[in-house]
Amino acid sequence: MAHRKKDEIVHDHNHDGIDRRGFLKCMAWAGTGAFCVMQGGVLKSYSMSRLAEMNPGDMKGELSFVQISDSHMGFNKPANPDVAATLKAAVDKINALSTPPEFLLHTGDISHLSKPEEFDSVEQILKSASAKDVFYVPGEHDVLNDDGKQYHERFAKGTQEGGWYSFEKKGVHFVGLVNVMNLKAGGLGTLGREQLEWLEKDVKSLKSSTPIVVFAHIPLWAVYPEWGWGTEDSAQALAYLKKFGSVTVLNGHIHQTMQKVEGNVTFHTACSTAFPQPKPGEAPSPGPMKVPAEQLRAVLGITDVNYVRGQHALAVVDSTLA
Amino acid sequence: MRRSVFVASLMAMAVIGLGGIVGEHKSFVASAQEKTASTAEVKIDNFVFGPAAITVPAGTTVTWINRDDIPHTVVSTDKVFKSKVLDTDEKFSFTFTKPGEYPYFCSIHPKMTGKVVVQ
Repeated sequence: MAHRKKDEIVHDHNHDGIDRRGFLKCMAWAGTGAFCVMQGGVLKSYSMSRLAEMNPGDMKGELSFVQISDSHMGFNKPANPDVAATLKAAVDKINALSTPPEFLLHTGDISHLSKPEEFDSVEQILKSASAKDVFYVPGEHDVLNDDGKQYHERFAKGTQEGGWYSFEKKGVHFVGLVNVMNLKAGGLGTLGREQLEWLEKDVKSLKSSTPIVVFAHIPLWAVYPEWGWGTEDSAQALAYLKKFGSVTVLNGHIHQTMQKVEGNVTFHTACSTAFPQPKPGEAPSPGPMKVPAEQLRAVLGITDVNYVRGQHALAVVDSTLA
Repeated sequence: MRRSVFVASLMAMAVIGLGGIVGEHKSFVASAQEKTASTAEVKIDNFVFGPAAITVPAGTTVTWINRDDIPHTVVSTDKVFKSKVLDTDEKFSFTFTKPGEYPYFCSIHPKMTGKVVVQ
């Protein structure tokens, strides 16, 4: 016990390999250098600030992509009066990566108020990224007032009617899910029956050795239900993914980095490129956290994911803008 | 030229002053008739509707005002009323004519719930 590593599981009350108290230790602001590493399992996770210490060979893979999230274009309150500048800084970081990512994933809250000019700005800024393809899922801020019609026309053309979709890249199966529509009073994020049925069919014929990456805005695990940080019917979705040896779930919404491993599934949430939010329960509400201007970029970020075929490992790197 | 600017600013002050008086008058009326108030206000602060439950007589216009840095909505669970998204300091009003219970929530943050009881 004396040599126990800081983030080792020590309270496995449900005998399922999860330490529900301890996993919060893995949670960290990007930039503080705290991270979780799974060796010989599914996921390798590196902090960008530690890339210099890493063997560059370990960071190379057959597929790499970058996750960005929660740009909240249009937000202009003291927590970050210039969200366009911090999104641009994220793009600069992306463009500086030694291995250019093949594409970007944006896990929602592209805009703050679903305004056309907000969507325009994000698309414009992302055009300067080295990766030209951007795959989106909507956040609740992107589907205000029009049930997501505008979002769908801009970012989800050719997908299912509800906006969910899947695609293959170099043997990895990616699934973009929508869990911000038809939210019920008192409830959490929702996928809905139709989407779940689609998901079941979508993955049914895949070999169990296929690496799966699922991305959606609201976390697909119960991060902090008291603040709505979870998805009602995510357990059903994850049940369809049980047969796969490697499942990675990427979410946004909570504006901070968290990681959790549950069996074959590794969960990650990404930082916002706009403003940070408090740790679960550590503030009266999940509203924007005001940090001194010089610290802001240390709590915003991008996630760089590197897939190494053969080892079935995904390296997730959450990098700060500082 | 100088004179017209002076006159214009005097007029502007007069308008502002008038606005202030009207505002004060309204709130005076509301507090004077508290038991049969025809208006009521619910503040959205820190992701909470305050007060979360209010009881008002039929005919009352309830106004919600968003004091958060984050947008919210006011949506009736039974689809009786639905606001557009309210950014910081934006308001939404609805007049309740029929007695009954009207539960509502923020459709963006559904953990936020409230209730209007109309007597």
